[in-house]
Amino acid sequence: MSALLQIKELQTSFFTSDGEVRAVDGVTFDIEEGKTMGLVGESGCGKSVTALSVMQLLSKGVGEVVGGEVLYRGKNLAEFSEAEMRDIRGNEISMIFQEPMTSLNPVFSIGDQIAESVRLHQGASKKEARARAIEMLELVKIAEPQKRINDFPHQLSGGMRQRVMIAMALSCNPSLLMADEPTTALDVTIQAQILELIKELQEQLGMSVLLITHDLGVVAEQADEVAVMYAGKIVERAKPEIIFARPAHPYTIGLMNSVPGVIDKSAKRLEAIPGIVPSPLDWPSGCRFRDRCSQAEEKCGGSQPDLIEIEPGHWVSCLKVPVSAAA
Amino acid sequence: MALLEIKNLVKHFPISGGFFGRKTGDVKAVDGVSLTVENGETLGLVGESGCGKSTLGRCLLRLIEPTSGDIIFENKNITEMNFDAMREMRRKMQIIFQDPYASLNPRMRVGEIIGEGLQIHGIADGAELKDRVMALLAKVGLREEQYGRYPHEFSGGQRQRIGVARALALNAKFIVADEAVSALDVSIQAQILNLLQDLQEEYDLTYFFISHDLRVVEHVSDRVAVMYLGKIVEIAPADQIYTDGQHPYTRALLSAAPVPDPTRKAERIVLQGDVPSPINPPSGCSFHPRCPFAQKICSEEEPPLVLDGNHGAACHVFGPGATVKPN
Ligand SMILES: Nc1ncnc2c1ncn2[C@@H]1O[C@H](COP(=O)(O)OP(=O)(O)OP(=O)(O)O)[C@@H](O)[C@H]1O
Ligand SMILES: Nc1ncnc2c1ncn2[C@@H]1O[C@H](COP(=O)(O)OP(=O)(O)OP(=O)(O)O)[C@@H](O)[C@H]1O
Ligand code: SF4
Ligand SMILES: [Mg+2]
Ligand SMILES: [Mg+2]
Repeated sequence: MSALLQIKELQTSFFTSDGEVRAVDGVTFDIEEGKTMGLVGESGCGKSVTALSVMQLLSKGVGEVVGGEVLYRGKNLAEFSEAEMRDIRGNEISMIFQEPMTSLNPVFSIGDQIAESVRLHQGASKKEARARAIEMLELVKIAEPQKRINDFPHQLSGGMRQRVMIAMALSCNPSLLMADEPTTALDVTIQAQILELIKELQEQLGMSVLLITHDLGVVAEQADEVAVMYAGKIVERAKPEIIFARPAHPYTIGLMNSVPGVIDKSAKRLEAIPGIVPSPLDWPSGCRFRDRCSQAEEKCGGSQPDLIEIEPGHWVSCLKVPVSAAA
Repeated sequence: MALLEIKNLVKHFPISGGFFGRKTGDVKAVDGVSLTVENGETLGLVGESGCGKSTLGRCLLRLIEPTSGDIIFENKNITEMNFDAMREMRRKMQIIFQDPYASLNPRMRVGEIIGEGLQIHGIADGAELKDRVMALLAKVGLREEQYGRYPHEFSGGQRQRIGVARALALNAKFIVADEAVSALDVSIQAQILNLLQDLQEEYDLTYFFISHDLRVVEHVSDRVAVMYLGKIVEIAPADQIYTDGQHPYTRALLSAAPVPDPTRKAERIVLQGDVPSPINPPSGCSFHPRCPFAQKICSEEEPPLVLDGNHGAACHVFGPGATVKPN
């Protein structure tokens, strides 16, 4: 089976007055057809920029892919023209943006926006598109969609806006869904229903998903594989069964220890990983986590540790993690 | 002592439709809420997406004008205050908005955004202002070099932290935190929650903490209120609501958050029936069409919120106000 999406050594930078912000700095992973890759990592580590790079939605002249490539069905997306890319976006790859208001137009009703996307991508008539819009709103659990279809984005709650965007992204039956924190504004009940809906579409249509989320519970339930990102790089990758049972990178371990209630329900203070990420304007040499790592030794300051397979299917970039005999 | 008293607060948004834009109904976003918030406590507010949490939070600061009802803050009825008096009050009452993207002025530098309140209220300027803003940036895990950047140059979670820093800048007495940590990974989340807690201890702050993350709410709150279709259906000390929730909706809501453990799939009480609409809320107890325990009286009479000590519930069958036995 060949992968639907292959990201190879992706590097994306922003060129600011202070210098080059190297937001994504060598990211590699594949997503197979019908599978879900969960992407987690510290706020600001480059998750959204990775997704935007795939979609080729970086603002021109500011953000740029400076290295590596993104292959979709084996084709390099960077070689597509803007028109071809527009065709792909929406028809084949669609995106749920982290902040709904970045992608919803404030001056059009939500019904018009969903219908427009259906019409553009599927050539449906106005009436069909509108019926489809109502159906989609129903699927994302908006109550009385016939009455809500004329609402403008500002008339909706945060979670409703997020669901409208999900409806838009799913309305064209994409082959690949880039879901950037799709359920941050949703309570558990609706979150479960939305995740179920995504799973159903995966089963019916073989849709692949890049699921960016900070909710480790969601990743555990939804992902076939998990990649943990830190400071522009993937530091650990494995199936959820492995990574939750045997997290190996000190950052991953710290992340899992920070979940409220996981360690000690009655603890008054939560455990945070001490310190702050280094600046993407000037990444340090060696392991980028070392200033915050309790395991760090002198050798960690040397060269950047490679991502190596420590047991079958379990990749870690840490000099201190032993490679098991099984690998 | 009560810092804030909310009395029978109502916010209805008119909906217009048809050819002449006639009013065709109301979205009953907040529909008769009475609550007391004690000085120095954290009151958590939970409930399904669209149930009215943000509307209630915004009404408390009169960022939205309530349709009716009273809000008493430090013994003054702020619903009667004029614009100038209200502006002065905002020094004491701040909000962390749910949608950071929409609430940060895109043309202002982040340092200016965070320091704006300090300047407007004449609390600090010049070098002192800059120092205070720098200190806040560090506290929320951002770097000093980011002082002069614009909001669009940040990641989603970084923007959320800018909103947190802005609200904390004034050392307000009362802070509405609307999904203040929803976009953050658990480690940064822990850092922010610890910060809120430290400030609360140091300055005796009071938080109205809206969140759909039940684990987080449990951790930070002294008491938790559960909202359903514009009404408070249960309120209790945090430990009690999780172990001894009375209202059937509370129990369904709390039944299962996804757990970060792929071997243990969460067991959910999935609510039956159509998603409720705040346009035409069901008669009697508005939860009755989805309630597994509903009886005849439930569709006929609205159950009042009945308190027993500090635990209150609005249900005919369970809790202190119960009048019929479960069947
Ligand atoms: N337009 C821009 N100009 C300069 N820097 C940027 C720009 N957009 C993003 N960045 C920087 O790139 C880095 C990666 O951002 P990204 O949005 O990918 O983070 P993220 O992992 O999605 O974080 P979050 O979980 O907070 O959403 C951040 O340090 C951010 O400040
Ligand atoms: N300006 C407005 N005009 C019309 N309706 C509105 C407006 N603001 C909110 N509403 C409606 O009020 C209801 C409650 O919205 P609110 O934002 O308070 O929900 P919420 O509980 O915060 O939900 P979420 O968890 O999704 O953020 C929703 O049905 C929403 O559509
Ligand atoms: S009043 Fe009746 S319908 Fe409402 S929650 Fe209680 S049992 Fe269920
Ligand atoms: Mg992001
Ligand atoms: Mg809200």
